[in-house]
Formats: sequence, structure tokens, C-alpha cells
Amino acid sequence: MIEPKQALNGMALEELEQQIAEWERNELAAFLDRQPERKAEFRTAGNIPVKRVYTALDVADIPLEDIGLPGQYPYTRGPYPTMYRGRPWTMRQIAGFGTGADTNRRFHYLIAQGQTGLSTDFDMPTLMGYDSDHPRSEGEVGREGVSVDVLDDMEALYDNIDLENISVSMTINPTAWILLAMYVALGEKRGHDPNKMSGTIQADILKEYIAQKEWIFPIRPSVRLVRDCITYCARGMKRFNPINISGYHISEAGASPLQEAAFTLCNGLTYVQEVVKTGMNVDEFAPRLAFYFVSQADFFEEIAKFRAARRVWAKIMKQRFGARRPESMRLRFHCQTAAASLTKPQYQINVVRTALQALAAVLGGAQSLHTNGMDEAFAIPTEEAMRIALRTQQIIADETNVTNVIDPLGGSYYLENLTSTYEREIFKIVDYVEENGGTIKLIEEGWFQQQVADFAYQTALGKASGDKPVIAVNKYVDPDERQDIELHPYDPETARRQIANLQRVRKERDNGKVAQLLERLKAVARDESENVMPVTIELVKAKASMGEIVEALKDLWGTYRENPVF
Amino acid sequence: MTVPSNVIRVLIAKVGLDGHDRGVKIVARCLRDAGMDVIYTGLHRTPEEVVAAAVQEDVDILGISILSGAHMTVFPKVIDLLKQHEAEDILLVGGGVMPDEDVGALKEIGVAEVLLQDTPPQAIVDAVRRLVEARGPR
Repeated sequence: MIEPKQALNGMALEELEQQIAEWERNELAAFLDRQPERKAEFRTAGNIPVKRVYTALDVADIPLEDIGLPGQYPYTRGPYPTMYRGRPWTMRQIAGFGTGADTNRRFHYLIAQGQTGLSTDFDMPTLMGYDSDHPRSEGEVGREGVSVDVLDDMEALYDNIDLENISVSMTINPTAWILLAMYVALGEKRGHDPNKMSGTIQADILKEYIAQKEWIFPIRPSVRLVRDCITYCARGMKRFNPINISGYHISEAGASPLQEAAFTLCNGLTYVQEVVKTGMNVDEFAPRLAFYFVSQADFFEEIAKFRAARRVWAKIMKQRFGARRPESMRLRFHCQTAAASLTKPQYQINVVRTALQALAAVLGGAQSLHTNGMDEAFAIPTEEAMRIALRTQQIIADETNVTNVIDPLGGSYYLENLTSTYEREIFKIVDYVEENGGTIKLIEEGWFQQQVADFAYQTALGKASGDKPVIAVNKYVDPDERQDIELHPYDPETARRQIANLQRVRKERDNGKVAQLLERLKAVARDESENVMPVTIELVKAKASMGEIVEALKDLWGTYRENPVF
Repeated sequence: MTVPSNVIRVLIAKVGLDGHDRGVKIVARCLRDAGMDVIYTGLHRTPEEVVAAAVQEDVDILGISILSGAHMTVFPKVIDLLKQHEAEDILLVGGGVMPDEDVGALKEIGVAEVLLQDTPPQAIVDAVRRLVEARGPR
């Protein structure tokens, strides 16, 4: 190993210290006399204090092997040795509204525009496990995402899409295992090799209890369902990501970037512990664990966050779980620009915000990216808004040349220092959680939820005082603004169409068989050592609806009710 | 009643299936910090549950947050239920993400105020005080 001190252009650290001291006494002091700085103290959006300028002194303590090279442990500089020189990130704009057929049209539009992966948003009833004709679904069917009740909906959703050649991501959590079962059934029907189907289900239930708050069952049985998805895919769907461990929603719920990264890794290691308990070797499933982070507004902080997350995960997997395969240690992540940063006033400038956040994601080494539409502070995006968002990614990929050099900001004194600060602070939180009983216990105690709520409140106060500038909201406000914006229309006939289809399917199927399979599902669910996937696949093939499958397990497990903190 | 009559009582609720509670918690907290009595129902409540709680707790304000787009379904129901309970003196306030044209429509059917994304905490407190003062004592 090269001594870091010798790596400093031959200049001794003492010499540098002296140079800085002189600069402070001379150039800086004289300048500050004439014009003081804007603030007494500068901090990142995540409230981490930053210095005026960073020098070689600020990286002198960082072991060079912690920075390393791309595709090499601890993967600070990227999970792969060629990164975007091989191929750019997957451009994956999320879409979902109306029925399967409605969303399928949007998918084909996006593919025609050059999108390279698909991402699916489901409506609230599908996310929460209610059929479209359930009273609690009223007003929500196909509104915020696509509605899926039965296998027929999944078929329509991915109609004419080659599931072996385009990866499909599904933003689905408490009901993820049912959607996975439908996906398997669909692939089988089309004659696909399950080991060739690539894609992702989100299935990150722990962050639901912390942040996004879409849940059905109590925590422990919910985690068991996730465990079953992971082990099922490890054995029979080698290219499929059975989970997308997500910080995005933790951030959107108000967490700081540090909390986002740390809480996500806490969740990640909890899933690893749960699967290892089944006796499966860590290297058998860890390579397919995927992550998902937001890209927020603080440019360098976000890049440092991505780099630090990779480094911490690699160390956790190697040192705490004894992983041996490089694939088990390298963190791959999907990224989305920050919806919570979008504004209604002067909404066109959301394009600029999104472009900068997307650039941070790329400089941070994301594997796939969704850029938000400029109209998403109003409603789900129009085709036009999605086209501009996709073009934003294409401009970064094709015009800026930032893809030519891997981790081009690596070695920046500031960025490396901030990356190491992030590593240290993430480990502090991870260790705190472990020492206090682990992630699940602290969720039950509301600890994560309180941390998120506190930072969200601080942010709201900062926006109100102007301390946290938001252009068009608390700065450069245009009081005369008249908005003429065309929004994505909601077809009021959606629910009727969807319910008619569901009721037709219920009439045509073998109800006796469904009832029998639902009993078998309960028996399997009662036995912790069994996997719920095979019987669920049988159920969806027999055209059981998602709501029916969920209700059967509610009988067994009950439902979760949060004790809210604020 | 031992509670001084000048303390404003507020029930904050999430109705429908969406779990976005960032905003609603900020609202609850800033009203609490302003000295009001605040109850937060938690997530995924039905209009029936929320109106029953508002009546039982005898609140001045019922604040409902929705970010799922189902506001035009939920608010008319809540207004009907308040009428059924003869509790129209409870002021209904909406919050969340919704198009401007829907905000106008909601006010027409009897929603007293709609507070959207990025409403500063003080503006929320002021709006609640103004509404209760305009209604007068009960």
C-alpha cells in the first residue's frame, strides 16, 4: 500500500498546513475584512457542516484502498469496472394509470422514445391489497397507478413486451409476492425461461413501516413474505431482483440524506439476517439484492451519499456476513430525482431541478434512473412531461460526455472527505440500531418514524424562514403567475371497466379450485419453514384475485395498525 | 368542561389508502406548538371513522389530508356525514396534492379551507385561528 502522505504531489503535509495558515492570515483575512461571507456557518442540506475549502489535508487519513477502483471492493467508485463506458444506465421512467391496457400504451410510447427499461406504478388498492370492487377502493381505482386485480390485468399490462429482453420493475410492497407470482405465471404462459426474465419487485416492507406507510399485515409475517420472495428468486429466477431496498420513500417522507442512506442499509441487513436464518448461504441470494435511492438537491452531498452507501454495504456484507462473491458486496441502485423538491409555482423550472439531480445520480454511479415530470406537483405526469424528463437523461448520456470517465469526481478533496464523513455517520446509525435491539424493534418503538418526522419538521421551518431557499416558493416568487397547464386526465370510466373485467373473471373461473387453493395458502403460511410462492403462483393461475389472496392471510395474521408519532 | 374555551381543538386525519403523512404530521405539530389541542388519527381511515371521532372529540376543526387523488370522492362523503351527525359547526379543512380547479370545487361544496403543499407552518396556524374566529363561539 502506498502511504497516503507520500501521494500528495511530493508536498509534505506540514508544508501544506503552513501554506493554508499563511493563506488564512493573508489573502483570506484581507478579503473577509472587506466583505464577510454570506453566513457564519455553511451546512449541507442534510445539516452536515462543511468547510470553506478542502485540501489534500482533508483526505490524508482516508486509506487509498477505501477509495479503490471501479468494480473493486469496496466499490466506492462504482459497482462495475467499465460503468457507462460499457453501456449507460437504464433509462427507466415509471408509468402507471388506469387499466393494464391504458398503461401498456404509455409503455410502448416510452419505448418508442428510447427508454430502455420499464417501471410500473400501481394504484392504491393494488398496493394495499384491495380488489377494485372493495368499498375502500372507491375513488382510487387506476388513479395514482395501474389497477391489477387478476392475472388478466398483468397480461394486458405487459402485452407485446418482450420480458426476456427488457427489464421490468414493479413498485409494489405489501402485495409484492402476488405480483411476482403473476409475473412468473405470465412468463410461463409465454414460454419464457424464468432464469432469463430480468426485473425487480420493490418488496421492501420495512421502509413501508418507517416511511411510505403502505402495509397490510404485522411486521413479522410481512418480513417472512419478503424472505420467501428472495429465496424463491435465488433458486429459480437468477436474473430477477426480488427486492429493491429503498431509501427514496424515506427521503420523501422527510428524512435527511444521511438518514435515508443509513436507514436503508439497516433494512438491507435485516433482510439478509432473515434469509440467512433459513440456512441459505449469503452468496446464494445477496447478488440479487438491489437498492433504490433518491437524488436530492444538494449536489455533492448526494454523490457522496451514493459512494458511501456502496462502501458501507460492501464492508457490511464482507465483514459482518462473510460474503465471498464480489456480486454479494457490490451495491447496485436505481435512482429517482426528488419528487418532494418539485414546485407548483413556476413549475417549468422543475425541469432544471430534475436535470441537476439526474446529473448527481449519474456522477454517483446509478444503474438506472427515473427523472420526474415537471408537472408532478399537480398530478401524475403527462406524456409530454415524461418525454422531456427522458430527454433530460438522454442529453446527459449523449451530449455531456460525463459518461466517458468513471467516477469523474473521485479524488475531489471535498467529495472524498464528505464520502468518508458519510461512511462514518452511516456506521454510527447502523451500530446504534443494532445495539438497541435491531431495525424491527426500533420500528415497533417508532424510533425511525420520529427521526424522519423531526427532520421533516426542521425542513418545513427552514422553508418558512427562508433559511432553506426554494425558488418560486420562498424566493423569486412571481405573484402575478397565471398557470395554464394541461394535466393528465383521469378517465372516470376506469373503475367501471376494471370492475366489470374482475367480475367476468370471477364468473368464468373454477371457484371450487380457488377456495381449495386459498386453504392451502393458509396452511403454507402457518408453517414458517415453507415458502408461499409456489401456492400463490397456483392461485393466480387459477385466477384468484389479489384481494382474495390478501383477505385469506388477513384471517390468519391480522392487520397492522400504526401508533403514529409526530 | 375543564378545558378553557379559547383552546382550539383540532382533529387531523388521513383518509383513504395513501400513506403520505409527511405533510399531515407537520400540520399536527405546528398546530400543537401553537398551543392547540391536536389529535392525529393515523393513516388509512374511513370517512365514517373520522367524522365519528371528530364529533366525539367535539373539535373545532377537522383537517383531512389526501395525496391519492381521491379527494373528490372523499370530501363530499365527509360533508354528508357531518350533516347527518348535525355537526356542521365543525370546520372542514383539506390538504394535500390536488389541482386548483378541484380546490374551487371543494370550497363550493363546503370545505372551509384547502391548504396545499408548502403552506408555511405559520400560515396554517393563522388560517385555523381565522376560521374558528369567523365561525364564532359555539
